[in-house]
Amino acid sequence: MLSVKNLSVQFPTDDGMVAALNGMDLQLHRGETVGLVGESGSGKSVTSQAIMGLFKETRAKISGEITFEGTDLLALSEDRMRTFRGKKIGMIFQDPLSAMHPFYTVGSQIAEAYRVHNKVSRKAAKQVAIDMLARVGIPDPKKRVDNYPHEFSGGMRQRAMIAMALVCEPELLIADEPTTALDVTVQAQILDLISELQAETNSAVIFVTHDLGVVAQLCQRVVVMYGGQCVEQASVREIFTAPSHPYTRGLMASMPHLSGEDDRLTPIPGSPPALLDLPSGCIFADRCEFAALVPDNRCQNERPQLLVTGEHAARCHGHEMSLLPKTIKVGA
Amino acid sequence: MNTPLLEVSELRKHFPIKGAFGRTVGAVKAVDSVSFTLQRGTTLGLVGESGCGKSTTGKVLMRLLDPTSGSIKLDGEEISTFKGKELNAFRRRVQMVFQNPASSLNPRASIGAAIAAPLIEQGIKPPGGVKAKVRDLMDRVGLRPEHANRFPHEFSGGQRQRIGIARALALDPDVVICDEPVSALDVSVQAQVVNLLKDIQRDTGISYIFIAHDLAVVKHMADEVAVMYLGKIMEQGSNEQIFADPQHPYTRALLSAVPSVELDAALTERIRLGGDLPSPSNPPSGCVFRTRCPAYALLPETDRARCADQVPTGEVACHFPSAPLAAVAAHR
Repeated sequence: MLSVKNLSVQFPTDDGMVAALNGMDLQLHRGETVGLVGESGSGKSVTSQAIMGLFKETRAKISGEITFEGTDLLALSEDRMRTFRGKKIGMIFQDPLSAMHPFYTVGSQIAEAYRVHNKVSRKAAKQVAIDMLARVGIPDPKKRVDNYPHEFSGGMRQRAMIAMALVCEPELLIADEPTTALDVTVQAQILDLISELQAETNSAVIFVTHDLGVVAQLCQRVVVMYGGQCVEQASVREIFTAPSHPYTRGLMASMPHLSGEDDRLTPIPGSPPALLDLPSGCIFADRCEFAALVPDNRCQNERPQLLVTGEHAARCHGHEMSLLPKTIKVGA
Repeated sequence: MNTPLLEVSELRKHFPIKGAFGRTVGAVKAVDSVSFTLQRGTTLGLVGESGCGKSTTGKVLMRLLDPTSGSIKLDGEEISTFKGKELNAFRRRVQMVFQNPASSLNPRASIGAAIAAPLIEQGIKPPGGVKAKVRDLMDRVGLRPEHANRFPHEFSGGQRQRIGIARALALDPDVVICDEPVSALDVSVQAQVVNLLKDIQRDTGISYIFIAHDLAVVKHMADEVAVMYLGKIMEQGSNEQIFADPQHPYTRALLSAVPSVELDAALTERIRLGGDLPSPSNPPSGCVFRTRCPAYALLPETDRARCADQVPTGEVACHFPSAPLAAVAAHR
């Protein structure tokens, strides 16, 4: 349904080109939920914004391929892209307060999203908005439809934004850290809501997050990102029981668990790469504990390729040459 | 039993709400009758969702805010009434690490100057001189001492938090209040800082008040845990008690809301809280949690009346801790 191939995005800045994405690959099937995981600067938000076509008419340099149901999204004009945006692909942002217009009522913003793609009267669109608010679990939607965004609580605003993104029943929903700003109890409500709505509409979801727990709960497949590349992708079960890439392993070991006995965490040394000046070899090499196992400084000199074995793919010389130690079970 | 290092009882912080002509028309009860003790060399975790009063508690303990009423005793000495010189001397013993290291460091001061600032402010001349002390501190928190002349923007988020920790340690305090010290950091870096804080405690016997909303991090850091909701402590106890055998419905709901990476975990209770946090300027009567309590709905009429009339007290602030909860079985 959606295929991203070798996507690169660069932003010109005063200090030089920032390489936000460096050959990103992603496949998505109908009705599937894929988790896009990574730390800040790993390119997960840039990937989702590129799919939405939000870098058109900016100075960003984009290369590669994004195909959605056979259409090359990168080749589309802004006008044509608009017919996809909202109608076929919906997006939920992290901070609903800044994603909504403060001067318009929540209802009118949802109705507007509907009227852009459907020729209906204002009155009919307002009814659609009320129905949509009811579907996302806003109490008393008839009254709430005339409220302004600031009159909603954080959790309700996120519900309203989900309503706005889903009002045209898109086939693909991109959720960019939709629960990061929320408290855990509210996050749990929103995650339940997203999985319920997805089961109803059978739309595909790309769920961008840095929280592996959220991924385990919601997604079928995981794409782990680092330095603007996909370093590993596999089913949720594979990722948590047999992670291949050293970065994925490091991420799991550094995460505090509620059920963990061990009270010492194992961090990944160093910090994420500077995107202004990426190494020519493996982007993770300088933080990788296994890089020394690979002969001839290959990790430092040669960028590894994404090696696909069945449903599991990883980008690592050590993994490719079977030099990595067997993985320890993390979850399960 | 010896005197606890810090003893807080019936602490209240109410912020007045001003109406027309500066008249006080109400109060936001940010902290409402909070009591706990902190033993030397241990960590007390204060957890709760946004708006529960955990940060305000930290600020009052630090005397950045004056308490409305209640007592704070450091080594048996009442400090809530300290002024001027006494207050200044008190600050040598209690220091704070803030959430956002970028906004709590002066961008125009070198980090060496930032770390030395508390020493100079307090007029302390460490043996060997201020410069040597700064070098020691930087070494202690894992920064390279030769970077003392660099400025905050030259450091990554994790390194900046290390600077904040070095500054808090400069005066060799007895207590460091850490207000969400790792929540702005990525997981892999977060683990580095958590380990650093634990190492410092092991080596120096310092005590922490660790304020966080992330339960898993608190589980790794704290010896004692207090769970806050709407300005009150709902439950407090040892780490084991709170995480292995939580009694209060709120604690149980909070723990069950954390997304788990345990894929095959047995059907655990899954409690969802409905609705939003009530306003702290007009909290519910009796038990403040009753409006969202998963047990309240199932209670008989007479018991409900008790929840509405009487404020629950004790280690587990709940009238009916063993009452059944409206739980949903987990599904995957």
